[in-house]
Amino acid sequence: MNTLVLTSWDLVLAALLVLALAGTSFLLRLHVASMILVAAVRTTVQLLLVGLVLETVFSHVSLLWMGGIAAVMLGVATYEVRARQKRGFSGAWGVGVGGVSMLLSAFCVTVFSLQLVVQPTPWFDPRYAIPLLGMMTGNTMTGVALGLDRLSEGAWRDRGRIEARLSLGHSAKESIAALQQDAVRTGLVPIINAMAAAGLVSLPGMMTGQILAGNPPGEAVKYQVLIMFMIAAGTGFGVIAAVQLGGRRMFDERARLRLDRLSPADDLT
Amino acid sequence: MSQPILAGSGVLTVFGGPVDLEVAPGGCLGISGESGCGKSLLLRAIADLDAHEGDIFLKGVEQGQLTGPGWRKKVGYLPAESHWWLGRAGDHFSEKDESFAKDLQRLSLSSKILEAPMEQLSSGERQRLAFLRLLGAQPEVLLLDEPTSNLDARSAAVVESMVRGLQVDRGVGVIWVGHDIEQLHRVADRVRHMQAGVLV
Repeated sequence: MNTLVLTSWDLVLAALLVLALAGTSFLLRLHVASMILVAAVRTTVQLLLVGLVLETVFSHVSLLWMGGIAAVMLGVATYEVRARQKRGFSGAWGVGVGGVSMLLSAFCVTVFSLQLVVQPTPWFDPRYAIPLLGMMTGNTMTGVALGLDRLSEGAWRDRGRIEARLSLGHSAKESIAALQQDAVRTGLVPIINAMAAAGLVSLPGMMTGQILAGNPPGEAVKYQVLIMFMIAAGTGFGVIAAVQLGGRRMFDERARLRLDRLSPADDLT
Repeated sequence: MSQPILAGSGVLTVFGGPVDLEVAPGGCLGISGESGCGKSLLLRAIADLDAHEGDIFLKGVEQGQLTGPGWRKKVGYLPAESHWWLGRAGDHFSEKDESFAKDLQRLSLSSKILEAPMEQLSSGERQRLAFLRLLGAQPEVLLLDEPTSNLDARSAAVVESMVRGLQVDRGVGVIWVGHDIEQLHRVADRVRHMQAGVLV
């Protein structure tokens, strides 16, 4: 099957739809027209740049290059995890909890999949490693950010309940267990929903991309199942690690609840 | 004088201090003072819920020699506002024996209340249940922060009587923080006034 090659004119036609949306928003005074246009420009510029970078990387297969790109991806994801929390941990812990969790989950699961499942040659072939790691960090980042946000917000809101248990001699672990369970559940909801809806409500992005690129649907399905399992494992282990680390950081060595270790809320409204 | 059951020396909270205090076995120290003067923070420091400086001893054993939870099992703190982590009142009590039923009855609480969702209980019911919950942990020292603020006179008198019973029968030491000076003089051997975090 031949892939239909898109011309610049095809992209212009698609851009007209976004322009029409921005125009409609302007006429309806929704105050989002400029945001839509800026986002569309950002998407175009960012993806063009990524395309250039990927072309360079694909032509220079090197573990050093790949390691550098993986470090940048994890670094940006770590920053995003902190930025998405209303009351993250202050200081180095603010990025440390999310960073360590994603390193333990997204990075390790990607290496596992490349080495033992996909097995490209070499195992760090950027054509496979970058898309897999990208999907892993993107999804793990969302799960870890949701889980940590739920944990820190919950500790702030449920301070009285947690300290009521501490006052009766309960351990820190017992006192925060229910909140940790809730935080892990919150972090896992997106991937559980995605797995439950896959194929019925929507066709996942990677599978759609492969089908559009001309690959047989059977092959696309196999890759998509692999990705879904990787994301589930990576997100799950990442969220569990982040919530466990975060839960420990909430208390000091005397098992006192230490909300002073959280940053003030960015927006209390 | 016998060794105090609870003693604090140079206790500094985030609000102020230093505070020196002693409670004899079976004794009660009453603390009065305006709202916001640091009474609750002092109780939280003694319960080791907040970081603080100074030395606090339980029967001569320094706070740091026990784990945080180990200390708090022996030095029970009842905050002014009670908090609950399970849906029904009864779920918070592991022991529901005969003496628990008697205590419920003394505090004019029906056993049916244990089946009720927490959000349906009045502030007075919650305060009495929180008091019973603390007694269930059998602490050696009670830190009571306005323990009868939501109670009618009769229920308040029952709480006072139950605390007195623990002092006499088990030698429990008590620090009772409140605004009702008459009550403080009734329940405590000694009443001290707090101003800006310092006992005067």
